[in-house]
Amino acid sequence: MAVPLEKLKWIYEIMVKIRYYEETMVQVYAEGKQPVFNIGAGTVPGEMHLAAGQEPAAVGICAHLRREDTVTAPHRPHHHAIAKGVDLNRMTAEIFGKETGLGKGKGGHMHLFDPNVKFSCGGIIAAGMPHAAGAALAAKMKGKDWVAVAFIGEGAANAGAFHETLNLAALWKLPLIVVIEDNSYGISVPKSASTAVETNDKRGSAYGIPGYYVKDNDPIEMYRVSGEAVERARRGEGPTIIEIETYRYLGHFQGDPEVYRDQNEVPNLKEKDPIVRLKTHLLRENAATEKEIEEMEARARMEVDRAYEFARKSAYPKPEAALEDLFATSGIDG
Amino acid sequence: METMTRRMLTGNKALAEAIAQEMERDPNVFVMGEDVGKYGGIFGATEGLYKKFGPQRVLDTPISETAFIGAAIGAAAEGIRPIVELMFVDFFGVCMDQIYNHMAKIHYMSGGHVKLPIVLMTAVGGGYCDAAQHSQTLYATFAHLPGMKVVAPSTPYDLKGMMISAIRDDNPVVFMFHKSLQGLGWMDQIDASIGNVPEESYTVPLGKAKVVREGSDVTIVGIQMMTHHALAAAEKLAEQGIQAEVIDLRSLVPLDKETILQSVKKTNRLVVVDEDYLSYGMTAEVAAVVAEQALYDLEAPIRRLAVPDVPIPYSRPLEQFVIPGPQAIYDAVVDLLNQ
Repeated sequence: MAVPLEKLKWIYEIMVKIRYYEETMVQVYAEGKQPVFNIGAGTVPGEMHLAAGQEPAAVGICAHLRREDTVTAPHRPHHHAIAKGVDLNRMTAEIFGKETGLGKGKGGHMHLFDPNVKFSCGGIIAAGMPHAAGAALAAKMKGKDWVAVAFIGEGAANAGAFHETLNLAALWKLPLIVVIEDNSYGISVPKSASTAVETNDKRGSAYGIPGYYVKDNDPIEMYRVSGEAVERARRGEGPTIIEIETYRYLGHFQGDPEVYRDQNEVPNLKEKDPIVRLKTHLLRENAATEKEIEEMEARARMEVDRAYEFARKSAYPKPEAALEDLFATSGIDG
Repeated sequence: METMTRRMLTGNKALAEAIAQEMERDPNVFVMGEDVGKYGGIFGATEGLYKKFGPQRVLDTPISETAFIGAAIGAAAEGIRPIVELMFVDFFGVCMDQIYNHMAKIHYMSGGHVKLPIVLMTAVGGGYCDAAQHSQTLYATFAHLPGMKVVAPSTPYDLKGMMISAIRDDNPVVFMFHKSLQGLGWMDQIDASIGNVPEESYTVPLGKAKVVREGSDVTIVGIQMMTHHALAAAEKLAEQGIQAEVIDLRSLVPLDKETILQSVKKTNRLVVVDEDYLSYGMTAEVAAVVAEQALYDLEAPIRRLAVPDVPIPYSRPLEQFVIPGPQAIYDAVVDLLNQ
């Protein structure tokens, strides 16, 4: 599958946006947490899991998705959210805990819900998989060619929900694509210490599901493989597993001492950064001019800066709002 | 003559009729779970639905509660209205993450932007020697966790009306039906498991308790089988000249505090009976509500009856000892009135 030029540019611009979003978050998250690191203090409280380096997993497949397609993401969700087109202002406001946030400040960075683009995420490993399967089931029931994509980490492939969902999705031929981001670590435990299976795409064979492994954090190969999976799903031919070798430049969470990896690992990984590689590719192939690339980068940065500005300027919710939204009131009750 | 015109149904048929009528009314309603298809549900709650609606709307699932209850959440977020059966409430342990971390919390965490109109239907109750992994009620476990409505109807009439309300509700509703009240051929066929059920569609509100027997001397609050045992005890108490008022709670969440408080203000005495465990349970909740809001209306301490914090034992005399019955309720009331 050749990548159309405009898709290639989209992939580049979104990757830049995600990276800049995460780099900005590193700075913003640090505000107010010193001199002694205090996780609940500062501009952005709570745990923070950033995805710098993992952009290819999200953009490669989201380049094929429509608004009606569902995405579920795990606790490290910003790259998926941005690639799916989640409202960046409201997403950032949610992460700041503001009333203008996607969940009015009740969810936070691990619990972003944007039904307008059918995006959700959650803090429990592998738990989004059955939700995506349910969305796929709903699409099938409605007779639509919509697909559902569940993003998980490689550690989640060892959880029960992973296996139950694959079996169910294969049995019912659901339009589900499971994207496993193999960033090598489940928090601190390397993949080699958590499973005897070399790559998780192979696990698909246990359920009669095709599996693909994308090496080297390559967004173009991810786009190609995803395209086949999405088409298969839209044709009603059932689920696919895609595992992508990807890299997490930052710790599991901000504040992670990262005692489990070599000091040179990240600098070495950054030498083959997927954004830099794609930029070189675009220029070499005359797919974009320097000027076009600068424009894309400027546009991405401006959008991110505006989102942070929106979040900063937004008000905190009134404390009593904590008592709202437990139940929907629109139900017919008796 | 009036009884001749009444249509009598068992609990399971009342439930299946409610679901069928809602499936006819709303094409978005579907049923999913283990053995809900041709089998009609192990406790008969989906009897006849497969034949009527077919495998596209009555889906047998593999034994994978995490996957299919989770899928109900994903489908509900897309505007479908799943009724999903967890065969025995005791099995919640294999899928509780989906129930309490997702089904119960997503509406709140999304700031009200994601609605999950799910009915999680499950069988509860002991009394038939099925031991500790198949006999629990676990009302309080679900009622303790915010974000789900939790109901436990006691009569075929309420089973139908509350199921229709649950299906139409835009929130997740944990709908607990009692095995003994299903009227199944292979269980002890008690009178309470059959009752008048109008053929037409009707609703019974969620979150409203019902005074099922009026009285002036003591209030007995029960739920499901305990309501029926309380009524039996009240009959016997009446022979001694004691008029017990019996309240069928019907819903744990929302809890109808008003009906309880009004009754206690009238009778000035309270006995709470539960088939769930004693500690941290429904009896404690009701007692606390009354202690907080009507303490000075009480003429005697509150009395609680429940399973005495042991797993449900297998052997018949052991099981009958731990689950409150009419005699235990009768004794508790007499003892309370003698104080």
